[in-house]
Amino acid sequence: MCSLLENPKIQELDAFIDEIHAKESDLIEVLHKTQNLFGYIAEELVDHIAEKIGVPKAKIFGVVSFYSYFTTEPRGKNVINVCMGTACFVRGADKILREFESQLRIKSGETSIDKLFTIDALRCVGACGLAPVVMVNDKVYGRVEAADVQKIISECEV
Amino acid sequence: MLRSIEDLKNIQEKSRGLLFLRKNVEAVSEKRELLVCAGTGCHSAMSKEIMENFNEELEKRNLTDKATCHITGCFGFCEKGPIVKVYPDDVFYTEVTVDDIDEIISEHIVQGNMVERLLYVDPKTKKKIDTQHHMDFYGKQERIALRNCGLIDPEKIEEYIANDGYSALADIIMNKQPIDVVNVLKESGLRGRGGGGFPTGSKWGMTLRSKGDQKYMICNADEGDPGAFMDRSILEGDPHSIIEAMAIGGFAIGANIGIVYIRAEYPLAINRLRTAIKQAKAYNLLGKNILNTGFDFDLEIKYGAGAFVCGEETALIHSIEGHRGEPTSKPPYPSESGLFGKPSCVNNVETLANVPVIFQKGAEWFSSIGTEFSKGTKVFALAGKINNVGLVEVPMGITLREIIYEIGGGIKGGHAFKAVQTGGPSGGCITEKDLDTPIDYESLSRIGSMMGSGGMIVMDEENCMVDIAKFYLDFTVEESCGKCTACRVGNKRLLEILERITQGKGEIEDLDKLVTLSETIKDTSLCGLGQTAPNPILSTIQFFEEEYRAHILDKKCPSGVCRDLMQYVIMDNCIGCTKCARACPVDAISGKVREMHHIDQEKCIKCGACYTACPVKPMKAVQIV
Repeated sequence: MCSLLENPKIQELDAFIDEIHAKESDLIEVLHKTQNLFGYIAEELVDHIAEKIGVPKAKIFGVVSFYSYFTTEPRGKNVINVCMGTACFVRGADKILREFESQLRIKSGETSIDKLFTIDALRCVGACGLAPVVMVNDKVYGRVEAADVQKIISECEV
Repeated sequence: MLRSIEDLKNIQEKSRGLLFLRKNVEAVSEKRELLVCAGTGCHSAMSKEIMENFNEELEKRNLTDKATCHITGCFGFCEKGPIVKVYPDDVFYTEVTVDDIDEIISEHIVQGNMVERLLYVDPKTKKKIDTQHHMDFYGKQERIALRNCGLIDPEKIEEYIANDGYSALADIIMNKQPIDVVNVLKESGLRGRGGGGFPTGSKWGMTLRSKGDQKYMICNADEGDPGAFMDRSILEGDPHSIIEAMAIGGFAIGANIGIVYIRAEYPLAINRLRTAIKQAKAYNLLGKNILNTGFDFDLEIKYGAGAFVCGEETALIHSIEGHRGEPTSKPPYPSESGLFGKPSCVNNVETLANVPVIFQKGAEWFSSIGTEFSKGTKVFALAGKINNVGLVEVPMGITLREIIYEIGGGIKGGHAFKAVQTGGPSGGCITEKDLDTPIDYESLSRIGSMMGSGGMIVMDEENCMVDIAKFYLDFTVEESCGKCTACRVGNKRLLEILERITQGKGEIEDLDKLVTLSETIKDTSLCGLGQTAPNPILSTIQFFEEEYRAHILDKKCPSGVCRDLMQYVIMDNCIGCTKCARACPVDAISGKVREMHHIDQEKCIKCGACYTACPVKPMKAVQIV
């Protein structure tokens, strides 16, 4: 696999860092940009950022691992987020999550070997009126029942 | 570019017409306005497409002089979204889809007849209700923080100005001294809506008194309570009110930089806020020399990255500084040493949303609403097993019963009420006997819960309270920042005990262990997260000890939720259709055609597939025991 540092997106990241004159207090913003561009924050990108803005690598890892929004692993093409906010939970979101896990044979937080699917639980998307809610990438499915899971998977791009 | 208060007034006069139809219900008009809710709930249900299709269709039929369609903030009635409101008739359509557009245009816009099938049906009287003023859901609500949600288009600053927006800011920076502003806010009795309930005027006063060459006004929009969406709805529906309040706060405390710390998971709110900031800057209501008064105030957005603890103000400040969001002990308070060591004032979104209107209408008006020590209103995100899920704003002092049974329309599916949880993972549950408690900061604490940020989750007899306590603990364990041992290790141990109990491996001593450990964690944690994390356990033990005992002693889950304590069995009304055996993913079901089947409990993974598959009526042959 060729290095991410040869990816043209790295220039975009550098341009962003230069534009905002990123310093330590802008680290989280830089990490957001990195994840937006690459989908995840790989170790070699951490090295690159550390050098670019002059912050120790250990400190960046500390920040990346602290915030649940950041991921250090590449994600699947279809990220299935089952809302596990309280409103969805009391309306049976855990059953929906288990159904996805059993149909796709991966656990929450994992990505399938073919990199097509990632399942994750997320905390409240704010659409509690539609509970339980499932998000596949940006698409929202409301009032989901276990019987709908197969249909949702079949609508995913593979 | 506005150069004076007169310029602002001119714009206001010119823009008033924009809201004419919406504010003058039943005005005689040739033209109608359609407002489509664009809050997250309705947005998820394609409300943007509905708005776009309406306008396309109106154009296609040459009806743009008869009607226009706009987006607006959350109406609150998320249960029946997407909502479309028609002015000036004041008609309230529910569950509108793209397929209904044609009929609404032909019938309502062209003919002037309501589309009856889209009206809300009152579940009690079964009558159709045409306007929201006749709906129980809105009957007891009083919208102050949400005053513009469902009225104005959040992406148009002119509409905000038309509804007296920015007039409070203009008046303050032209005619008032910072101390006057602080005093008005103190008199109003406004308290922090993020959960703590600290008097906002005092917070501003403390920051004003602190000396510093640079001060910061910070808005906490890191709404983390799962199941709560008040702040998000305000930012999506009325972003200018937050900008105006931040500028007023900046003037009062002596800060010329404001920062909104918002969850990255709220893309819609972020976009609306960005648009609003750009517009306010273009109008010279933000930036250098606002309205030519010499007052500078600039606003930046900083993104959170998914850490519940960042709702705590010191943790939030560290996150803005680019660090891990770990809290530090107070004092020093942020008002003395906050962001980058400078005096800072952190206020929650809903708190700020109240500020401009307090200055428009006066402290006395605000303090006339509510109870002795809790003034104004509170927004709650009402969710769970309730008929009318949605966003409600009620005057302080209303009872929980009124919210649940009148506004919320009672429990879904006719089930029995069990408990209502306020304050999210930090709060406690409230049972039937306390439903008549008036809502204010003190009363809710007295009955073992708290106001919190506004999550209100209703639970019915099908919810297992041990499982609910486990759900919240699971959340706090994941969200604990790990700084204090009591919170990091203690909560994990609590969770393990709860897991044991729900798996049928609990012992009666566990109850005492839970209580003792909970109290230790509360006493020894540094920040609010740890100090409140055991609350869901303590309150469920207090009110539902018998459920814990049933799990521990009888190895039964009375609500039939905890999977390890249930068994699927096939009863003798089995017709031997083999559907269950075919549905079983682990081949645990055996039996011949037309003979009674049997489930091997060793193999069974309790997925419930057999239960769903069983066609026997009226009582299924597969039963949960």
